[in-house]
Amino acid sequence: MDMLLVLPIVIPFSMGIICIATWGQRQLHRLIALAGTSSLLLIASLLLLTVQQDGPISTEVGNWPAPFGIVIVADLFSAIMVMMAALMGFCVVLFSFGSIDPQRERFGYYPSILFLLMGVCGAFLTGDLFNLYVWFEVMLISSFVLLGMGGERAQLEGAIKYFALNLLISAFFLSAVGILYAITGALNMADLSLKLQTVKQPELVPVVAVLFLVAFGIKAAAFPFFFWLPASYHVPPVAVTTLFSGLMTKVGVYAMIRVFTLLFTQQVGYTHGLILVIAGFTMVTGVLGAMAQYDFRRLLSFHIISQIGYLLMGLGLYTVTSLAGTIFFMVHVIIAKSALFLVSGIAQRVGGTYDLKKLGSFYRGYPLLAVLFVLPAFSLAGIPPLSGFWAKLVLIRAGLETDQYLIVLVALVVSVLTLYSMTKIWAEAFWKDSPTYHEADIEQAVEAIPRRDYRLMLLPLVLLASLTLLIGLIAEPVMNLALEAAAQLRNPDLYLQAVLGNGVRP
Amino acid sequence: MAVVLAFVIGALYAAGLYMMMRRSMVKLIAGLVLLGYASNLLIFTVARLTRAQPPLIPEGMTTPPEPFADPVPQALILTAIVIGFGLQAFALVLVKRAYQAVGTDDLDKMKATDTT
Amino acid sequence: MTSLILSAATRLILPLMMLFSVFLLLRGHNDPGGGFVGGLVAAAAFALYAIAYGVDRAREAIRIGTIPLIGIGLLLAFLSGMVPLFGNRPFLTAVWTNLSLPIIGRVNTVLVFDTGVYLVVVGVTLTVIFAMAEADIEEDEED
Repeated sequence: MDMLLVLPIVIPFSMGIICIATWGQRQLHRLIALAGTSSLLLIASLLLLTVQQDGPISTEVGNWPAPFGIVIVADLFSAIMVMMAALMGFCVVLFSFGSIDPQRERFGYYPSILFLLMGVCGAFLTGDLFNLYVWFEVMLISSFVLLGMGGERAQLEGAIKYFALNLLISAFFLSAVGILYAITGALNMADLSLKLQTVKQPELVPVVAVLFLVAFGIKAAAFPFFFWLPASYHVPPVAVTTLFSGLMTKVGVYAMIRVFTLLFTQQVGYTHGLILVIAGFTMVTGVLGAMAQYDFRRLLSFHIISQIGYLLMGLGLYTVTSLAGTIFFMVHVIIAKSALFLVSGIAQRVGGTYDLKKLGSFYRGYPLLAVLFVLPAFSLAGIPPLSGFWAKLVLIRAGLETDQYLIVLVALVVSVLTLYSMTKIWAEAFWKDSPTYHEADIEQAVEAIPRRDYRLMLLPLVLLASLTLLIGLIAEPVMNLALEAAAQLRNPDLYLQAVLGNGVRP
Repeated sequence: MAVVLAFVIGALYAAGLYMMMRRSMVKLIAGLVLLGYASNLLIFTVARLTRAQPPLIPEGMTTPPEPFADPVPQALILTAIVIGFGLQAFALVLVKRAYQAVGTDDLDKMKATDTT
Repeated sequence: MTSLILSAATRLILPLMMLFSVFLLLRGHNDPGGGFVGGLVAAAAFALYAIAYGVDRAREAIRIGTIPLIGIGLLLAFLSGMVPLFGNRPFLTAVWTNLSLPIIGRVNTVLVFDTGVYLVVVGVTLTVIFAMAEADIEEDEED
């Protein structure tokens, strides 16, 4: 059982090491990346099954007993997130095989992806606040490498913006951890959860809470800290953008959910009310930003922001139903949004541009891609019976149950606007005739892609698109899982027990 | 001593943020470095400041004699410094590349990726 | 730019600095020192060598590339963490044997981990320094 908890971190780490030791071996790196991500997927499913059956489990790294040492702990929410990370890693690696240029592959593209996955899994699994900071940095360094690799002008500019903001987060996060340690003398999150209830300086707690809110808010690209995301996410290759959109902001949301369900629950009216306000603004600004865009990837980048709003809405409402909605939404949005980014990548490969005004004719020239676009796009807008519909339904029901009609209204309006955005892509890229080329050109361009590359790019997309349909059609087991995970978040007794045992062990 | 350090930390935060808001890329990095120092110093100060009092537990006792400085935050700072070292090294390479690619140190001229 | 004084001095200083870095590494368990500082000193030694003789000569002097060096270091640290798993203890638990060696003392996994850190620090620092030094020489041909 100890092994199972450590493996999601150890697998990408060891595979990444092998990649570094065999620097420059392109084919070998591909093989290692595939082996690493597929075994990660396997282990993550095993972990999810185990946690679902036995409840939260934990292990103490280095045999230092909690709360003094670092614990690795998986409750259902963590396990679900690790599962999603593994799925994303697997899909992105497959897509990379077909789309990444040999130059990048030779200069450490795959090890960077593996180390990124290690950081993400570590962040999901750690039970220690400072260790979370360390995983954040592991993630950051790998994402910097992925973002800056290639060295085109736009890329370097995007990388600098991303870099500066993320270093700012680190400073905030570190200060917050320091102050929290000063008032409680603990870093273990389970221990903190207990100690924060009887703290000597309760007036400092909301200050720290807001520091965390800002740090994770920037990370999650929540209003008003979202501006770095559309300025940097569209510069790297689309496989990297997909990975970032699927995982990086979600780690911020995960950290926020973890901290605001486990630690800062003393003044729910204040902190979670603030989160709810942020959620509303995030949704609206994201979707409004997207409406103005005519670049495929920038448009989708703005939608990432608006979806973050929905995730935060569930946290802000802070009931079991709303948290379940957030978890379901998380699963849904990671899959659907990644699928859309992959569509944009293929459209660019075929049409030669991300500019929606120049793209066109895909519906007749490439009907398969049209179908693969419609599924996640409608899912994102929340059309039944796709996964997004259920996710939004639960969130809105949770809002009605707690009489927060304003946020419900915002969520509904933003849904409609999302649909508008998706129809815009549809009308521009798929429906209208392209001003620069004809249908026949599309067919030719598709034919021109080497068959092997083509299949490798299409496979993850088909996988993700069918998953969003599948989750929509058989929503009940997924929803039950989300409800159970939410119950564990709302009442963290099981989590505390898994980490601390019965009281503090000697 | 703690009061003096509190002012130093405040000054470091202020200087860091000020530098970050300048237009030069190099100053941006310098600002981030200062901000990192401020955080480290903050953690160092909250751990209590004692001189020549190692937090060793004498035989027959379960806690070290008061007053002692908590060693955990100092370990945290050590980790943070190492991480900061790595990030700053990377930052320098990045800034240098960006300078070569863009041909300017002026952040206001880096608008290619901003959304219009 | 090669300076005779610098290159002659480097030839003397390099082995001394390397010796000192290993001393710091071994001393690290109970006294100030350790893999990180030791690695920095070693990296500084090679950086000095690169200044005196040029980056290419410095690369030759290390014999293996700086990036494989990071790999080997990470591998050592990782393996030292895997050892306790065979004794059914959690990942990264320190394992001490009763086997005693001169200079090193009791054989343990902590030192292996620290050696890994040492190599990673040397590798990372030199990768960055060399990359920047080479970028200076041939403007665009980095990486």
